[in-house]
Order: sequence, then C-alpha cells, then structure tokens
Amino acid sequence: MLGYALRRLLLAIPLLIGITFISFLVIHLAPGEPVELATGDLGIQSSAQAKQMLRELYGLDRPLHEQYWNWLTRLARLDFGRSFAPDGRPVLQKIGERLPVTLVLNIIEMLIIVALAVPIGVFSATRQYSLFDKITTVFVFVGFATPDFWLALLLMILFGAQLGWLPISGLRSLNWEYLSFWRQQLDLLSHLVLPILVATFGGLAGFSRYMRQSMLEVVRQEYIQAARAKGLAERVVIGKHALRNAMLPIVTILGLSLPGLIGGSVIVESIFAIPGMGQLMVQAVFERDYPVIMGNLVVVSTLTLVANLIADLAYSVVDPRIRVSGRRR
Amino acid sequence: MTAFWRAFRRNQLAVVGGAVVLCLVVLAVAAPLLAPWDPHRPDVRKILDPPSGSHPLGTDQLGRDVLSRMLYGARVSLAVGFVSVGIATVIGIVLGTIAGYHGGAIDGTIMRLVDLMLVFPRFFLLLAVLAFLRPSIWTIMAVIGLTGWMGVARLVRAEFLTLKEREFVIWSQSIGASAFRIIWRHILPNAMAPVLVAMTLGIPAAILTESGLSFLGLGVQPPFATWGNILNEGKDAIEIAWWLSFYPGLAILVTVLSYNLLGEGIRDALDPRLRQAAGRFVGRSR
Repeated sequence: MLGYALRRLLLAIPLLIGITFISFLVIHLAPGEPVELATGDLGIQSSAQAKQMLRELYGLDRPLHEQYWNWLTRLARLDFGRSFAPDGRPVLQKIGERLPVTLVLNIIEMLIIVALAVPIGVFSATRQYSLFDKITTVFVFVGFATPDFWLALLLMILFGAQLGWLPISGLRSLNWEYLSFWRQQLDLLSHLVLPILVATFGGLAGFSRYMRQSMLEVVRQEYIQAARAKGLAERVVIGKHALRNAMLPIVTILGLSLPGLIGGSVIVESIFAIPGMGQLMVQAVFERDYPVIMGNLVVVSTLTLVANLIADLAYSVVDPRIRVSGRRR
Repeated sequence: MTAFWRAFRRNQLAVVGGAVVLCLVVLAVAAPLLAPWDPHRPDVRKILDPPSGSHPLGTDQLGRDVLSRMLYGARVSLAVGFVSVGIATVIGIVLGTIAGYHGGAIDGTIMRLVDLMLVFPRFFLLLAVLAFLRPSIWTIMAVIGLTGWMGVARLVRAEFLTLKEREFVIWSQSIGASAFRIIWRHILPNAMAPVLVAMTLGIPAAILTESGLSFLGLGVQPPFATWGNILNEGKDAIEIAWWLSFYPGLAILVTVLSYNLLGEGIRDALDPRLRQAAGRFVGRSR
C-alpha cells in the first residue's frame, strides 16, 4: 500500500512541473504584449502600463530559460507577486481568502452528487426500462444539455424574483451581523441552495448514468448469479455484492470529472456573486490582473492534481487488486 | 453502410436529433434570408418590447429583434462547434497516431502531455489564455480546439494499439509497405468510427463552452450576436424581460440535446460494443 502511494506521488511530480510549464507558456502566448480587452472600461491601467508591470514582474526581457527558472523559484516560495489591482495586495493572500469557499462548495457538491447518483443509478439499473428508469434517462439527457448559466438565471427568476423565497446573490444577507448564531447559519444555508442546485445538476445527470451503466454490467456477472443461487436475499445481492463492485469505476470517474466540476465554479460563482476562486478569476481577467490570473491557474490545477491523487489512493483502498498489480485496469 | 442505416433508423430519438441538427444548419446558413429584421439595427421606439406579431421573440435593450439576433447567433454557435472540434480532431488524430504507432518513449511523452492537459480545469485555462488575447470568434475557436483534443488522441492511440497487432497490418508490413501507407490506408480508416462519434459529441460540448464564455462577456464580442452574449445582456433585464434570457438558453439546450442524441445514435448503430466505452460523460465541457 505504502509503495503504491509513493509511486503515485512520484508520478505526480512531473505533472506538477508540467503545470508550471504550461502556465508559463500562457504568459508568453500573447503576441508580445497583453492586449486591451474590448470589454468596456473595467481595465484599470492602460495596456502600456500593464505591459511594463508584467515585464518587471516576470522579467520578460531576459532569456526564456532564465525567465522560467525565475518563475519556478518564485512558485516554490509560493510567491505569486502582487495584484495589479489598486489595492496591490499579495496574490497569495487574495487566493487564500477565496480558496476555502470554492473548496467547501465543491466538496459539498461532490457529496450531494454521489449521495443522489448512486441510489438513482442502482434503482434504474435494477428496474431497467421501468417508468423510473425512463424518467431518469430523460433527466440525464436534459440535464446534460442544460447550460448551467441558463438554469441559474431561470431559478433566479423563479425563486428570487417571482416567489422571493431564496436570496440570489452573495453568501450573506446585509443584516448578517445582527442575526443570532443560528439565524446566521440559516442565512448562509439559504444563500447556498441555488448555487449548489445549479452546480450539481449536470454532474448528477452524468453520474447517475454512469452508476446505472456500471450496475448493469456488474449484475450480469457470474458471481452475482452465484450469490443468488446460494439463496441470498435480493437486497443483499444488490446492496452488497453488486453495489460494491459497481462503485469501483465511480471512484475513478469522480477523480476524472474533478477538473470539470471545479471549472464549473467559474460560472456559478460569477452568477451568484460568491466570493470564490472562479469569481476572482473572472474579475482578474476583466481587470487584466495578470499575477492573479497566473496564480489562480497554478493553484487551481495543482488542487485538481492533488484531488486526483486522493481519488487514486481511495481507489486502491477500495479495490485491493490495484495494490497488488500496482496499476489500474 | 446499409446495416448502419438500418440500425440508425430504428433509433427514433437519434433520427429526431439528426433532423433537428439538420434544421439548425439550414437556419444558420439561411439566416440572412430568414431574419425578419437587421440583427444589428437598434430602434429606440422598441426597447424591450415583449414578444409580438412583428417581433416573435421580442426585442432587447437597444430595440433589436431577438429572433433575428438568434438566427445570426446560430451561425456563431455552429461555426465555433464545427471549427473548434475540427481543430481538436486533427491534433488528436496526429498525436494519437504518433503515440499509438511508435509506442515507447514517444508514446509515454505524448500520453503524459494528455494527462497534464486533463489536470487543468478547462474553464480556468481558457480564461487565462483569453486574458492575453483579444477575444474574437477566431481566438475562441482556436482556444477551444487547442484545449479539447485529449479525448480524440486517447481514442486514436487505443485503436492503433489494437489494430497494429492485427494480421492485415502485419502482412502489409511484411510485403514492405511504408509506415505512412500502413497508417493512412490500413489503420486510420479503421479507427475513424469512434473518432466520428467523438466529433459528434464534441460539437455540443464546444457550443456549451463558447456560450459559457460569451455569457461571461469573454467570448465573441458584441455587436456580434451569439446565444451566450444575448443571455449575458439579458441577465441585467431579467426581471422585466424574461424573453431575452429564456429563448437563447432554450436554443442552446435544444441544440446540445439534439447533437447528443444524434451522437449516441451513431455510436450505437456503428458498434453496439462502444456503449461500454462510456467515456463521454467525463469532464463535460469545463
């Protein structure tokens, strides 16, 4: 087990270096200089000024290998530079404030997706072609085709504007400070309902489909017939023997779909004005705040890498075969 | 081919999906003929008019006809879908072929690159790149294509690994066929089926990505109409003009849904076994 974990960890190192390299390439993508965004007057400094600051920050006039080394050593010291925004705060500080929000939201979303997708998948697989199965199939296709920003807008119209049941922006009400402790929690929770609903919608569709597929395959296996043949209750056959094996690919898929889930935070956070990494990224792009953009990119992708690693290790815990052979099927 | 048609036709949902896709292409191509109004001409007397006889889908903040703007928007969506998936497919086929045919260290390097690209949450990467470039329809197509080739590369490589060992390939090697000829004439044509499916399913993903970027205001820029930026403008008037937000989103949903149904239909008709390789739900578009 320890050996396996170590091997995975070693494999992650080149990827980590790769992340820094691709990010470094992105800085150099621009044809010489950062360009004025045609998005109104949100940009804070003129193109020339931003260009000058960029040149100083990354030493863009020095040879490429020197620049990359410079960038790498800064990253190793967690030095992302200072924001170009007027407050000029360190990028690391800005990201640090927002990272927990995005992290917590994504973990909650993932838990909800798994908690709902597994029973839905098992149910539709064990009752293939039933009404329930058909309804979930429709849900899967529609869920997969629904743009999350559109769903968010529709829910805002319905619950926010028309019914007035739920707040549609931010994480706290204006009078938050004056609420009692429990009221504060309730307030936070009510702010989270719509964003989480939107963020889980597409993922839930995909995962329940996967779970169904995986379950359908497992149920056809001989060991399931054997379990039935020796007279086990159907509940035990499905709930124990089949479910455990059907869950295995789900762990892998969970790891693989993480970048998508985290990337989805960009849209959800911007629509619902949630102060997370996604919203920070969009703001930074509009303000041409390059240090924040680059810092965000490196942190988010490293985070995904770590999450993938955790999924890998989790996989080896639930599937002993992996530890022995040392590689995935 | 006839066997394919017979199998495809039996899948009614896929046929409907295909028909809708065909209609959309026709609508997009014929947009200048069909649009009742000039999509760019503002009219101060008609600001935020609800849907009516002369403006079936209402007007926007500048009094422009939403239906006309959406017809023109269809052109952008479909063009971005086709071109970016085209770019991604070419890159994927080239890298997948090199990796699968050569194997060894080259294969290892290319596959690590695939792993690496898959670690980046795509939307963050797209935004970072777009921050340095001027957003236009061309840059959007390019960046969506350049960040979306990994699936095709994996597919093509996997096909090569299995086909390489097949007798017809070994025989043609033994009679001295060049590597180019073996790849081009013998292996690639056999690997095209899954690539075609991946392309059909890649187009809706690209359309979703483009509309998401345009929605954020970082995609194709106004005054060009796209479904995403009509929605972006519509969100500010959401409480008084629902039609501005509702119809473009519905158009995206119907388009993506139709492509997905079509893609699944093609896949099932080509090879029912491909169902097992259900790789498509992974990592949606961002």
